[in-house]
Amino acid sequence: MELSEYFTLVFTDYTLRTITLGTAILGAICGMLGSFAVLRKQSLLGDAISHAALPGIALAFLITGTKDTNLLLIGALVSGLIGTFWIRGMITKTHLKSDTALGLILSLFFGFGMLLLTFIQKQPNANQAGLDKYLFGQAATLVQKDVTLMAIVTGVCLVIVLLFWKEFKILLFDADYTKTLGFNTRFIDVLITFFIVLAIVLGLQTVGVVLMSAMLLAPAAAARQWTNKLSIMLILAALFGAFAGVFGTAISASENNLSTGPVIVLVAAVFVLVSFVFSPQRGILFKQIRFWKNRRDLQLQKTLQFMFDIVRDHPDISHPHAIKILNNFQGYTKGTLKKMEEKNWVQVKGVQWSLTQEGYHAAENLYKQ
Amino acid sequence: MESPKIAVQVDDLTVAYNYKPVLWDIDLQIPEGVLMAIVGPNGAGKSTLIKSILGIIDPIAGSVAIYDKPYEKQRKLVAYVPQKGSVDWDFPTTALDVVMMGTYGKLGWIKRPGKKEKKAALEALEKVGMLSFKGRQISQLSGGQQQRVFLARALVQDAAIYFMDEPFQGVDATTEIAIINILKELRKANKTVIVVHHDLQTVPEYFDWVTFLNVKKIATGPVKDIFNDDNLTKTYGINYKVAVNQ
Repeated sequence: MELSEYFTLVFTDYTLRTITLGTAILGAICGMLGSFAVLRKQSLLGDAISHAALPGIALAFLITGTKDTNLLLIGALVSGLIGTFWIRGMITKTHLKSDTALGLILSLFFGFGMLLLTFIQKQPNANQAGLDKYLFGQAATLVQKDVTLMAIVTGVCLVIVLLFWKEFKILLFDADYTKTLGFNTRFIDVLITFFIVLAIVLGLQTVGVVLMSAMLLAPAAAARQWTNKLSIMLILAALFGAFAGVFGTAISASENNLSTGPVIVLVAAVFVLVSFVFSPQRGILFKQIRFWKNRRDLQLQKTLQFMFDIVRDHPDISHPHAIKILNNFQGYTKGTLKKMEEKNWVQVKGVQWSLTQEGYHAAENLYKQ
Repeated sequence: MESPKIAVQVDDLTVAYNYKPVLWDIDLQIPEGVLMAIVGPNGAGKSTLIKSILGIIDPIAGSVAIYDKPYEKQRKLVAYVPQKGSVDWDFPTTALDVVMMGTYGKLGWIKRPGKKEKKAALEALEKVGMLSFKGRQISQLSGGQQQRVFLARALVQDAAIYFMDEPFQGVDATTEIAIINILKELRKANKTVIVVHHDLQTVPEYFDWVTFLNVKKIATGPVKDIFNDDNLTKTYGINYKVAVNQ
């Protein structure tokens, strides 16, 4: 299937439409909540939570014996939340740093989850196959019911974010200060974390345990490059996430059914890359251009200053001088002189230059700054 | 003359990290309307004292009263200026927005700041000489300007008692003068200001009340009575004057 074919089919084909809608919504909610995680410097929390969800899925299957998505995701939610609270407990009760706590919980839970998966696979039960799809996700298994659930959670999350916008913002910026104002910071914190866990769990079916954290972080990291306003950052991150979902699905559907989750993550990574290079304020490209421009301006000013020092002692400021004397001066190049002529700071006649009235004033003001 | 009201009363405050006491059995009575410096060596628990009074750190024991009532009931009377380095200044927000945060406490949950709050925030920015920077992304402010934004945020709270954690740290002379002028204005309005301070040279010039702290409280009282070699030596463990003049 060609890419263009996909975009015509997406409106008519049930499966394609469901998957596309699902990945778009997932991208949006992850981008939005990922912004919070990134700004709290809890980028790795998402990774730990998604890995911590795996044993929950396996246990839910072992207990209920069904592969009903909602039941499995409830298992994932419970074990994800347990993992999160253990991480928190470790950080506050022991003196371990947060990266150590995150790493420990991530590998412990993931290891236990893998153990359970192998155990399940050895069972003489025809029903057991397919649980490993939660490792890397399988967008093709999304059905209408899953997408509806995603949409409802996203809607609720949006309402909560709008309602507690002021509280979220101040907690992200300065938690201690928020406490002194009388806000229950623990409540705000738990609220944010709960929705992050919820978003991760919703994404497991599509993107999988291993790559889920990229869905949270990549759109947010890209969005941060384009704006200095929190609200715009959230909107952009949601848009980037949604686009990554749609394009990722389109590419994976049109190219021999490539695995959707990894393709979505790669598309999001492209957004990040482009943002890092091309964003006007923070991007490396424009930073480098500004650097070059500054250096060139400085070179001009240095040369002008040097000329000014020579001219200052003459009664006639436009008295011509030999270009040769500039050779002793490091900042000077032929290009510099040409630029200065363009600015009408100097006049060049043969091998001599003379400062204009305009150039003289420019040099004077240079000193004043 | 009747004795002034007690703005802050601290009883038996004890804080420990990992079994090691950071603050030991602190009693403090801070009268209304003073400009008080808390001085002491590194690790003396100066910031911890402020943070535990404000409930940011949980003490093992002790109680704090603001105007004779428990602190929890009097939060709106208290404003806080944290250390500048305690937040990430690359956060996507503007100077005005940060100052607006000072109005959040009185607004309470969910309610958004409106015109009244914005006006108050702009006035506070003007007081600290930062009005022309209101729309500036906070990472593009200098250290001194960031400190002034923090001060403006506390001013907006319109509190009776101000706690400030090293407001003079790493600021240039202009900002230092701007800040001290505001502190003096606050005192004129009979506000109580408690400042963690490092520069012993400026204590007699800037403050009228001082607390010497080194895990335990060494002394507290008017600068003219207790700011002397004896207390400095007890607090810093060296004869301060002799050490400086060496």
